[in-house]
Amino acid sequence: MKKITLPLNQEDIDALTAGESVLLTGTILTGRDCAHKRIFEMLDRGEKLPFPLAGETIYYAGPCPAPAGKVCGSCGPTTSARMDSFAPRLLDLGLKGMIGKGERSEEVCASIVKNRAVYFAAIGGAGALYGNAVKKSELVAFPDLLSEAVYRFEIENFPCIVAIDSRGGNIYKR
Amino acid sequence: MRTIHTDEIEKTVYELARRACLRLTPACTAALQKAKDGEEQGSAAAFALDTVLRNADTAVCENMPVCQDTGYTVILAEIGQDVRIEGKFLGDAVNDAVRRAYEDFCFRKSICDPLTRVNTADNTPAALHTEIVPGKTIRLTFLPKGFGSENMSRLYMLTPAKGVKGIVDSVVETVRLAGSKPCPPVYVGVGIGGTFDTCAFLAKKALTRDVGSHNPREDVAAIEKECLAKINALGIGAQGFGGQTTALGVACEIAPTHIAGLPVAVNIQCHCVRCEKAEI
Repeated sequence: MKKITLPLNQEDIDALTAGESVLLTGTILTGRDCAHKRIFEMLDRGEKLPFPLAGETIYYAGPCPAPAGKVCGSCGPTTSARMDSFAPRLLDLGLKGMIGKGERSEEVCASIVKNRAVYFAAIGGAGALYGNAVKKSELVAFPDLLSEAVYRFEIENFPCIVAIDSRGGNIYKR
Repeated sequence: MRTIHTDEIEKTVYELARRACLRLTPACTAALQKAKDGEEQGSAAAFALDTVLRNADTAVCENMPVCQDTGYTVILAEIGQDVRIEGKFLGDAVNDAVRRAYEDFCFRKSICDPLTRVNTADNTPAALHTEIVPGKTIRLTFLPKGFGSENMSRLYMLTPAKGVKGIVDSVVETVRLAGSKPCPPVYVGVGIGGTFDTCAFLAKKALTRDVGSHNPREDVAAIEKECLAKINALGIGAQGFGGQTTALGVACEIAPTHIAGLPVAVNIQCHCVRCEKAEI
């Protein structure tokens, strides 16, 4: 299986093709419904985000609390479509990768191509496996959102499928 | 009259929570294995199903929730009418058990106010459905219901003229519209008949049946079978990657309805079927 290092570089992104399986290793940010809403509120008020988005990969996920002796609890992907209304603006701000599950809207697909970004599908329901692939976890923003807070993860060999590539190739369109 | 103390109910719900969130039902695991065997080796669907099965093993070995969405806690309590409950208020006993279990076992707390979105931080309240039944026992069913799939559920108020075809079309349409979003292969709970509210509850109750089981009424079992064949012909496949298995099963529950209507509720469950039962 192809190994990809995060943060992503443009050369690697351009070489990805929808349908291929990959193992991701490196750093990502987590963020789901409430975190996206907060990010948008901050951007609308003209505030600086507590974490830069340029070059980042965001994982749509809200982990279980870490049990004693573990870095992270179960942490599989959530349904990406709920973040569709947020994604194009974040991609325009330099976000390069998204990890989630399920199809995306036409607007998101177009924005992925426009920004030469990529969308990876993690396997929904494989929470224990993904939680174990998190080697380091650090709270970055919005602690009051509990599992919906933004964390920075260091992940190792995170199994994904390239779902939408930078040329618009799309595994959900057959 | 038999007396059951709420301490015992609380202890049972706590244990059901632990078991339910940490493992798939054996019937679900068997259906996933069968689905994997039916996919072409090296395909994205086979990769997804293999990952899901490996995850189920990891969850058990590492004592971790099989899915991070440890759900909206749905509890069915069938209470024998010859039982007298002693101790706390039943709802408090159930919520206390949920609160303790979700904290002690590091399950995710996923319940929030629908408007402010502020998390209750302990996964309460549980959705407790009580039913008075004959007998002197209490049967408890614990269903941690994930919401990626719950979001894709639908309720139809069909006209009687739509008949069986209308029912099947509604079920298939719901799964088609859900597409890749609810973590297919899904398990589909269907309520047929009743009222607007009881129909939805029938669909939820159907999901507490074992994957692969059939309704004892032959005409209802035939609807289950027809729906399953048509859903799997959609080709959505595991995770929406395309493939042979889009649903692991369809379970229909039926109740009498009004002469003017034909309610059909379709409750979608992801492939992570978790459901535990106990009798006190």
